[in-house]
This record gives sequence, structure tokens and C-alpha cells, in this order.
Amino acid sequence: MKIHEYQAKALLAARGIAVPQGRVATSAAEAVEAVRPLIEATGMPVVVVKSQIHAGGRGKGRFLEHPDLGGVQVVADARSGDPEPDVDAAEARVRALAERMLGSTLVTVQTGPEGKVVQRLYVEQGVDIARELYVSVVLDRSVGRNVVMASTEGGTEIEEVAAATPERIVREVVDPAVGLAPFQARRLAFALGLQGDAFARGVAFFTALERAFVELDADLVEVNPLVVTRGGDVVALDAKVGIDQNALFRHPDVVALRDPNEEEPAEAEAAGYGLSFIKLDGTIGCLVNGAGLAMATMDVIQHVGGMPANFLDVGGGASTENVTRAFKIITRDPNVKGIFVNIFGGIMRCDTIANGVVAAVRDVGLRVPLVVRLEGTNVELGREIIDGAGIPGLVAAADMKDGARKIVELTR
Amino acid sequence: MSRFVDVHTRVLVQGLGKVGQFHTDKAIAYGTNMVGAVHPGRGGSHHRFEGDSDPSGVPGRPGRYAVDLPVFDTVREAVAATGANASVVYVPPAGAADAIMEAADAGIPLVVCITEGIPVQDMVRAKRYLAGRATRLIGPNCPGVITPQQCKIGIMPGYIHRPGRVGVVSRSGTLTYEAVKQLSDVGLGQTTAVGIGGDPVNGTNFVDVLAEFEADPATEAVILIGEIGGTAEEDAAAWIAAHMSKPVAAFIAGSTAPPGKRMGHAGAIISGGQGTAAEKIGALEAAGVVIAPTPTDMASAVQEAMRRAGVL
Repeated sequence: MKIHEYQAKALLAARGIAVPQGRVATSAAEAVEAVRPLIEATGMPVVVVKSQIHAGGRGKGRFLEHPDLGGVQVVADARSGDPEPDVDAAEARVRALAERMLGSTLVTVQTGPEGKVVQRLYVEQGVDIARELYVSVVLDRSVGRNVVMASTEGGTEIEEVAAATPERIVREVVDPAVGLAPFQARRLAFALGLQGDAFARGVAFFTALERAFVELDADLVEVNPLVVTRGGDVVALDAKVGIDQNALFRHPDVVALRDPNEEEPAEAEAAGYGLSFIKLDGTIGCLVNGAGLAMATMDVIQHVGGMPANFLDVGGGASTENVTRAFKIITRDPNVKGIFVNIFGGIMRCDTIANGVVAAVRDVGLRVPLVVRLEGTNVELGREIIDGAGIPGLVAAADMKDGARKIVELTR
Repeated sequence: MSRFVDVHTRVLVQGLGKVGQFHTDKAIAYGTNMVGAVHPGRGGSHHRFEGDSDPSGVPGRPGRYAVDLPVFDTVREAVAATGANASVVYVPPAGAADAIMEAADAGIPLVVCITEGIPVQDMVRAKRYLAGRATRLIGPNCPGVITPQQCKIGIMPGYIHRPGRVGVVSRSGTLTYEAVKQLSDVGLGQTTAVGIGGDPVNGTNFVDVLAEFEADPATEAVILIGEIGGTAEEDAAAWIAAHMSKPVAAFIAGSTAPPGKRMGHAGAIISGGQGTAAEKIGALEAAGVVIAPTPTDMASAVQEAMRRAGVL
């Protein structure tokens, strides 16, 4: 599950990790209200206005409506040399920015060309940056353990650093029975060249970050950049946190952070029914059981010249009702020109699928061709149900390549 | 002989809920030697399973079965009473990693975890717990393991399997069934089919299973079924190039999967440009593996690999 930067920072701050002070705003007025307390509390005459969307690259991203405007704006007080910052001027500039940013569409390298509408801003104190570093915690799948990665190349995508200068990334694999050991945290701090107060604060930061990763059941905690201030503080200037879907049952506080605006409605609806659905750009709707088979079904459709409209795994334990719901979600997509039901029953019995498909067709009708391929547990029963329903436009397939060919031909 | 499981395997089921009951019944019908169940709070009772034997299962059994399976509160008690040497876990996600550790603590040499949806950090801890212990974990989030007509542990439909010549190893349940059925249809059959599961942290990996198949005299060829995400297929390719004398075919799912999206399986995600199907196919081809272009072509890819190796 993805969350916003300001939510990630709140979760991390609650676990002892230093983050800048900030306030979230959903209107220009709220953004303006944030300015004075931040400047007064920190003594810094600079605030930063950051677009909150579930995508990276916001600083370099541009608004469709305002091609001159980036997604992250630094508002420095015009008279910042003065001992008394001009809060009124800063407020006026934040208001002007917020009015342009809120409700506009931010396009970044990660959003795709359609971009994402900004509905929340995070107004944050400015930070006096001495150095920009990188630190993250992820799962290292090859060893089945968490790994803390750090780099001196803050502000750059870690994949780029890994490709160009892999020697600048240091890794500490964590023994889950111990956590990040003090010697490992020190090694990271030495490798980043931290000194004096910043060294001790860095060690504490890395230790707390790894603990937060485990405690939150995160699948990613990335701080980029990690900033060393001129005063020797070590602060998470940006933060990205992703949470393991499988662990949400024990994190109701995280579930409450869901932002429906960031979700594809059909995907969110499907998830509510326990279905795994991902919308794609093609024209052939797929209803499949099993993630591997669902992926392979997309592949084979493309192999025979079609394009899948979705990934859909109805799962092993789906009920007839859920199959019906899945079918309805697929048929609602106006791009769908045909549907391919591809089932190999294991836990999932073919009669369950057949009943679900028949119920859905009776309920919503069938306006596009439908190819059904059934195999596995209770296959004879499933075929009887399908045949007995007498659905016009339904075509049976012998195997999945045959089914893919038939649905691609029928939609030409 | 066969690898992992055979007629001597004595199986406990952990978690006798609805799903556990359903598949325990199917396993007994197939002829798997189910010796007991563990369900905390139901110790001392028996659970009755009865029905018609699965004709595709272990040969030479009566047409019907009636078994009163003893239920225990703990795995340790169950092992002491039954001499079980394998267990299958159907415990729901929140308690599944604990069930795996309990089985390992009781010294069970083979634990097969079917449960899907276990939190990743629970599996990180469970894998650490297994390190240095004599327990092999298969899964989680897998269909299980079967040696046709000897022992079926898991949720695969038994009737599609035939005893034969090919070892099957896969990250995907339903694609395993596709491969198995094709191999049965062309008369090659299977020695053993192992689902290693679709989660990012699992017990047994491709290399472990390939090593078993390489050492198994009955296995003449192998089909490996992988998918996007992680580097397990690349690791398998390196091992095949260095150690495998038997022909290998493979199918990799997810050529058309968009990056950054979790394709159903928790482990099936292309992240940071890593874990694409193209990379995996390239690595396997370089190791001499015959690639099936679509899942319908898996058996023919095995036949092609066997012909090239001169064993067909």
C-alpha cells in the first residue's frame, strides 16, 4: 500500500526519526495558515510547498495547466538577510502557489503522461542543507532478509547510482533476530563520512529507520535525500514508505491513511472483494484463477496478436458471487471488446466459476464475445453448467492458446 | 525412487479449518498417508474423513475410505504419537509463520505451507528460525508437492498427474497444473511436481529443487516455471549452466506485465527495472534451457529439450 510523503513522515517521526516540521493543506487558506507557525517555530525564513501524490519525481515534474511550475516549490523570504523574516510576504507567495497547484495535474516520470491531480499540499519548514545523502530499507529477496542501503549520492534515484557508480552504495544485511547491530549502523555512518554530532545522530537514525521498517511491516522505507544540516542534524528531507498488503490486518492506523483519490476505482473495488485486478490498456478482458496463469494469459493474448485489458486473478477461494463481481468489473470497462475466461481448477472448482459467469451474464447481459476455457477440478460439471445456460455468443476453447486465438479473432 | 515425498511419507495437517479439511479429504482419497492433525484447542478429538477413493491416486486400495484422524493441540505431541515426517500448513496468514516454526521445532523434516498472504516480515523471521535446522520448507503460497500415485501434499488436482520422467518446479500453482496436464497428455508424466510458491520470501528455491532432480535417477528432464520479480530464475540459470546434466525447459510468465505493479503474487513485481521476464528468459537461454513461448507449449518445449539431449 502506498501512502503520501506527509503520512510517511508522521509514521517515521512517531518512531524517533528526525523529519522537518510541516503541515498538510487541502486548500490555499490552510497552506497559508501553516506558514507563520513554521517560520516562528524554526526561525528559518524558508518554507517548501510540496505536492502530495503517490508518485516520485515531483520536483522535476511539471503541471499540465502550468508548464512553468514544478511540483515542489521553495518559498524563500525576499528579505531573508534581515533578522526579522517577512512572514506576510511568504504567506502571500504560498497562497499564490497553492492556488495554482491544488486541483492541477502534475506529470512526473512516474505518473505517466496523464499525470495525477494534486489535492493535498505539504507545507514544510526549510532546512539548511550541508550534505544530501541516501538511505533506504528494503527486503533482499535473495537472502530473505532486510537490507539497509546507504549512499553519498543523495537526491539521485538509487537505480541510477547502482548502474553508474555501484561502489558508492553500501549495504548492511540485517539479522532479524538482532536487528541492525550497532556496528552495522556505525559502518554506515563511517561510509557516509558522518562526523561529530552528525555521526551519533546518523547511527541513531539508521537504527530507528530499520526498526520502523519492521514495526510498520513496510516493504519500502526510502529517505532520499537524507540531509545533514549545517548544525549537524540528520533529517529525512523526503520520505517514501510502502506497507506490505499482507500485513495491513495488524495496522488499522495505516489502513486509515488510504487516499481513494490515488486509486484506480476498479482496482479498489476489486480489492474490496478480495480480487487481484490491475487495469491495462488493451481490449480483451481476462478472468483467470491464479496469478501465474493470469499473467500467462495476458502474455498469450499478446503472443497471438491481441492486447489484454486487465490482469484479474479471482484467487483460490473465490465464491460464485465474487466471480460475478469480477465479471461485472471487466464488462464495465468501455475498452473491453471481448472477454476470455481461463480457468484451471485446483482449489477453485470449475462449477463455481461457471455459476459465477452464468449469473453475471444473466444479470448484466453480454454485449461482447466471450470465450471460456475450463480445465481441472469439477471440469465436467462446469462445462455442463455453461452449456446448459445456452449463452448466445459464448465460445468454448480447448486450451489457453486456442482460447486466446478465438477471442482475438472474435474482437477483430 | 522419488524426491521430497513418496509412499513412506507420513503427513500431519496443521490447521483443520474449512480449507484444511477439504484438502485433507482429497489427500486421503488420493492415498496420501495422513497420520494426524494439529489444531490448538481440539486436541484429543478425532476428525472423520470418508468417501470414494480417487482412482488416479495410490494403486491397490479399496474403493472407499473411512479414517478417524487423531487431532492434537501441538505439533510436538502429534509427532510423538504418529511418527509424522512431513506436515502441511493450512493455517490462516496471521498464524501461518508460527505454524511453520512449530513444525520445525518439533523436528519435522519437510513442511509444506499452502497459506497465501503471510506478512513478509513474518516469513523473514520464520526463515531465520529455520536456518541451521534440519527442516525443509516448501512454500508458502504454493500448491504443494506430489509424487504421482505415491503421495500428494497440497491443493493440486490429483487426476491430472501420471507417474513418469519429468520433474516439475514452479512459482505458480495453476501454471504447474498446465504443465503437469500437458506432460501427462503427451505420455511423459512426472517424477515429482514441486510448487515453490509466489511469495518474495520462501523456503525451498529453484536451485534446491533442481539439485534434487539432478540427483534423482528417475528424473530425465525438468520443466521450470518462473515469473517476473526477484532473481530466482537467474540464480537457477547460473546453477543449470554450472551443474545440470539433464535437459531443462522453462516458461516465464509476465512478459507483458507493467513495471511497478504487483501481479497477484506478492513476489511478482518488476521494481527498479529488475526482475523482467526478458532478463530471465535471456539468462535461461544462455544456460541452454529451451523456452516455451506460451504456456500451451510447455510439454513440447520439454520434448524439444529431451530430443536435443538425445533422451527422447
